[in-house]
Amino acid sequence: MPHYALSIYQPDAQPPSAEQLAPVMRKMNALIEDAKAQRVWVFNGGLHRPSTASVVRNQRGEVVTTDGPYVEGKEHIGGFLIVDVPDLDAALQWARRLVDGLSTPDFPDGLPVEVRPFAHVGPPR
Amino acid sequence: MIAADQIERVFRAEYGRAVAALIRRIGDIDLVEESVQDAFAIALERWPVAGVPPSPAGWIITTARNRAIDRLRRAALPLVIDDDPHVELEEGVVPNERLRLIFTCCHPALAPDAQVALTLRLLGGLTTAEIAHAFFVPEATMAQRLVRAKAKIRDAHIPYRVPAADDLAPRLRTVLAVLYLIFNEGYIASGGGELSRADLCVEAIRLGRLVHELLSDEPEVMGLLALMLLLESRRGARTNGQGELVPLGEQDRAQWDRDLIAEGHALVRRCLARDEPGPYQIQAAINAVHADAATAADTAWPQIVALYDQLLAIAPSPIAALNRAVAVAEVAGPEAALAIVDALAVDDYYLFHAIRADLLLRLGRDADAAYAAAIARTENARERAYLERRQRRRSSPR
Repeated sequence: MPHYALSIYQPDAQPPSAEQLAPVMRKMNALIEDAKAQRVWVFNGGLHRPSTASVVRNQRGEVVTTDGPYVEGKEHIGGFLIVDVPDLDAALQWARRLVDGLSTPDFPDGLPVEVRPFAHVGPPR
Repeated sequence: MIAADQIERVFRAEYGRAVAALIRRIGDIDLVEESVQDAFAIALERWPVAGVPPSPAGWIITTARNRAIDRLRRAALPLVIDDDPHVELEEGVVPNERLRLIFTCCHPALAPDAQVALTLRLLGGLTTAEIAHAFFVPEATMAQRLVRAKAKIRDAHIPYRVPAADDLAPRLRTVLAVLYLIFNEGYIASGGGELSRADLCVEAIRLGRLVHELLSDEPEVMGLLALMLLLESRRGARTNGQGELVPLGEQDRAQWDRDLIAEGHALVRRCLARDEPGPYQIQAAINAVHADAATAADTAWPQIVALYDQLLAIAPSPIAALNRAVAVAEVAGPEAALAIVDALAVDDYYLFHAIRADLLLRLGRDADAAYAAAIARTENARERAYLERRQRRRSSPR
């Protein structure tokens, strides 16, 4: 079945406190458990802030490492969930639950989630 | 002897049905489209000689399916057609296929302009060139838009499915919005010289009838179809012999299409009986009130104001508030209407300025700047010509 990356977009501003995030984390954990129980879950994770990133690139034949991130923006991918579902509508349902889980009384709008299909999983075909 | 234009009519009526019937089984949209076009090309050769088959749609679908298999064989691609053609392709099951396809074309994951283009292409059978022409977009741009949308359906696995009950209402709203967009684009072209491009209105009504046929119990589907029929009934009266725009109040009502009005009225009555009002139903009711008036002076304006109040309560928009003000002018006078208009912030909408100009004129005030603002904001040549005539008329006695 097709795989989709559900990426959570987060503003670069100071993240909420652990206290503010507690209800979000509870909802996230329930969602991940549910995705696993329904055999939809492939992978999920949260990323450290973009200032922790390093960039490796080939510069005229020499591979060099520099401070990251690669792309500076107002938002960055804060984390993602990869699901294995029959079609886009099913992936969008999971994205809706994710968006719902990311909103709290302090942040009623939560965070947007981008849903993107994988072209392939594992070695390129 | 069957004429080519008869086959052309079958093509218009059955293209979407054939594409919809095959798309879910064959998967590849381009292959399906090419095969259906092949089938019509074969019909063009065969039907004049052998006669029209008893079920033209069934014949087209079966022939297109066989062509698709041929094409797959020749390309040495795996056959992935998973059905029994003799059972599955009977016409009885096909309407559901078209409903599935319309929900795919109007999927919210596709951009609105792609939704419109795909709906006209796959369900309406319009060519890329026709759609490009209708929307004043270069053909290459429209082709690119269609290619990208079809690729997204394929790559993102947008399903061919009528949404589940809990998702139906918002998804249906998107479908209705696409149909109304197509209708409006035909009714008042957003650019160019022709006031209306009748083909788009006819196509939107045809698709509206289709959705109504398949979801006959949805009040907003009835409402949208009624609204389009009632607006369409005035087509002949909207322009005079010189092709100039004639406003509602000055139209020759004998030219209104009584059959379309009767059909629209019947739908409005069904909506009223259902009593689940929505924005399209209320707009249809407003137009039904206009259609009821034998002359412009007979219009039941208080009823129209009340309907706009209802519309604004469930779907507030500055455009609806502006239209309400026009009705208020008839009930409470231009002074009251102008106060409402001046409180609205829709500076970029030409009708805002046109209506203001009209109200200022009725109050005997200077309307020149308002007319100039309206003229500067319309791209439609005939609308502009109408406004310029109004502006000139201001200096001569009314």
